Amino acid sequence: MDYFAQQLINGLVLGSIYGLIAIGYTMVYGIVGMINFAHGDVFMIGGFIALITFLILVSLGLTAIPVILLVVLLVSMAITALYGWTIERIAYRPLRHSFRLAPMLSAIGMSFVLTNYSQVAQGARVKPIPPFITGGYTLHESTDGFVIQLSNIQIMVVVTTIVLLALFTWLVSRTRLGRDMRACEQDQTMAALLGVNVDRTISMTFVIGAALAAVAGLMYLLYYGLVDFFMGFVAGIKAFTAAVLGGIGSLPGAMLGGLAIGLIETFWSAYFSVEYKDVAAFSILIVVLIFMPTGLLGRPEVEKV
Amino acid sequence: MIVSSTNTAKPATGIPALLKTAFVNALIALVLFSLMVGIRTEAGSDGQLTYWTRFGEVASLVAAVFGGSIVIGLLRQWIGPNGTDKLVPPAVRSGMSFLGRYLAPVLLIFTVLVPVIFYDQRYILDLAILVLTYVMLGWGLNVVVGLAGLLDLGYVAFYAVGAYSYALLATNFGWSFWVCLPLAGILAAFWGVLLGFPVLRLRGDYLAIVTLAFGEIIRLVIINWQSLTGGPNGVSSIPRPSFFGIPLDNSDNGLAARLGIEYSPTHRIVFLFYLILALALLTNWVTIRLRRLPIGRAWEALREDEVACRALGINTTTTKLTAFATGAMFGGFAGAFFATRQGFISPESFTFQESALVLAIVVLGGMGSQLGVALAALAMIGGFELFRGLETYRMLVFGMAMVLIMIWRPRGLIGHRAPTVYLTKAQAISSDLVKEGHG
Repeated sequence: MDYFAQQLINGLVLGSIYGLIAIGYTMVYGIVGMINFAHGDVFMIGGFIALITFLILVSLGLTAIPVILLVVLLVSMAITALYGWTIERIAYRPLRHSFRLAPMLSAIGMSFVLTNYSQVAQGARVKPIPPFITGGYTLHESTDGFVIQLSNIQIMVVVTTIVLLALFTWLVSRTRLGRDMRACEQDQTMAALLGVNVDRTISMTFVIGAALAAVAGLMYLLYYGLVDFFMGFVAGIKAFTAAVLGGIGSLPGAMLGGLAIGLIETFWSAYFSVEYKDVAAFSILIVVLIFMPTGLLGRPEVEKV
Repeated sequence: MIVSSTNTAKPATGIPALLKTAFVNALIALVLFSLMVGIRTEAGSDGQLTYWTRFGEVASLVAAVFGGSIVIGLLRQWIGPNGTDKLVPPAVRSGMSFLGRYLAPVLLIFTVLVPVIFYDQRYILDLAILVLTYVMLGWGLNVVVGLAGLLDLGYVAFYAVGAYSYALLATNFGWSFWVCLPLAGILAAFWGVLLGFPVLRLRGDYLAIVTLAFGEIIRLVIINWQSLTGGPNGVSSIPRPSFFGIPLDNSDNGLAARLGIEYSPTHRIVFLFYLILALALLTNWVTIRLRRLPIGRAWEALREDEVACRALGINTTTTKLTAFATGAMFGGFAGAFFATRQGFISPESFTFQESALVLAIVVLGGMGSQLGVALAALAMIGGFELFRGLETYRMLVFGMAMVLIMIWRPRGLIGHRAPTVYLTKAQAISSDLVKEGHG
């Protein structure tokens, strides 16, 4: 039971990170109708920028942890958001009225560009950082000596995710930008006729998605203590799986799917085999698409002739 | 990477506007590159991260973006907004179509003669075999993507199934290549059907992701099922193919000894060359024949409009499954050939990059055009060889090329995907048959 509880905590933390990335996929799919294949690599770029900013701040002699965290968060969100904007501008906008597969292929190309760009720029080796946020709480200690740990970093990941989700839900449901986004999602031409700047709204979608991916990158860096140039690929596919599982286009669904994937992966590694955890996650994707093509919270797709 | 921040609706005109755009782009580039390029991190020997600055590189990249924006802006004004199609004069066009008609036979004759011309140049022969392997993979995937319009991002899985089928059957049971080749194809086709079933209901992007996941599952299983596949170490000492039972080696009953000629290792290379050429041509021939059968027509109809297909009574289930199975079978053949050529296979040869490369060949070749795919494979693999010295940069260039090709010519460089059958002119139908008059 204690082992189960510990795995539950670990799974929820991992799921929060996947959920943050999945929101980026689901938003872009909702508005533009394409899989932003490069989104996983945007997450990786976010992790790298967080690492570099962190390194500079520490070498400048800053010691106040909250200040460092805040600066790292803001810098990495800002620069990664600019990456997201640039990618949309270069690789996707010219293809908006092209044939169906073109944006997908362009996105795959962009994913290669980003992966290899960071390999060229930062080298192929794994970049570790020393544990930055330490300490935690012992929730429960059983008689056989097994301890349920809740570390501070785990609390931070979950709290950050909840705060960001609340902020993001407010943005989509209450602000002008959110209304524009929902309008574009339903009918771009009509939205444009009613005075919504469609290009700008789509750009903003990519910017917000990239910023959330940057937060996920920072969380990943703090939680696992390392980044490398290839981490975006697998994380990206899993986050996409999460988005599909939750029902693509649905924001709460993305978070729910992220948590589900995180839990499945953690429990699979805990009770079955670590080697096959990715196989389990990908199999879930296939099984979900067979039995529930619209996911947990998605709307059924209407066939248009 | 060139960032152009001008809106397409109001293109920049005049030098000041051009400079302003270039300046904005350079500023964006400065922010983008500032940390990722400007600061280089590396883990030291004690695990501690160190960093050093590279402001010179950032400055040159920003300058390149600035210059590039100006050049692109000028080019845009010069060419005009309507694309490049008008620039080709009719004389050149008719010349191109003349060339196109004779290109395929000339290319085929040249390919057949390659071992004769380059007999002494082992490097060129090896490269030619590699190119032909990708031509075959491209033609195989072309059935799925180009004809049936199903985006398959996990094609390398079938290549892996074929390669491992041959490698395991040959090393464990000592079966000959010629027995294993059809088996590899059948097994790959079986996996194709197995993948096909769950994805029947999916379309477009979903299908792409599921096939990608499938490719990753196959690769992960190969890595982790160590007792069968040897895991990351792969399978080694895979038997070389024989000339229908006669070994191509230095022994007394080898082909060279039987023919009474002096043995040379090049014999085997030349044999492999003709083997893959034959396999590739088989793929091409079968595809061309299938296109004329009802199933081929159904594939093309499926690609153009699935809903209409169903309305017309085409069984989309069998149509999709046969497309998957046929494509997978050719992938399996190519895999078996790959295993016997290399003599060693490991999961590293079957990554997603490989799938993307084959897909890029098909897309670059114009999705559906057989000649286009062959030329694209030649260009891609040849281009990869040119960048061999710059190992780390070549995937970067490859990705950029994919993006640029999609922007510049989304329908591919060479081919165009006209349906095999179509009405050349609108036919007037008697009003007795159709109420509205013209049909």
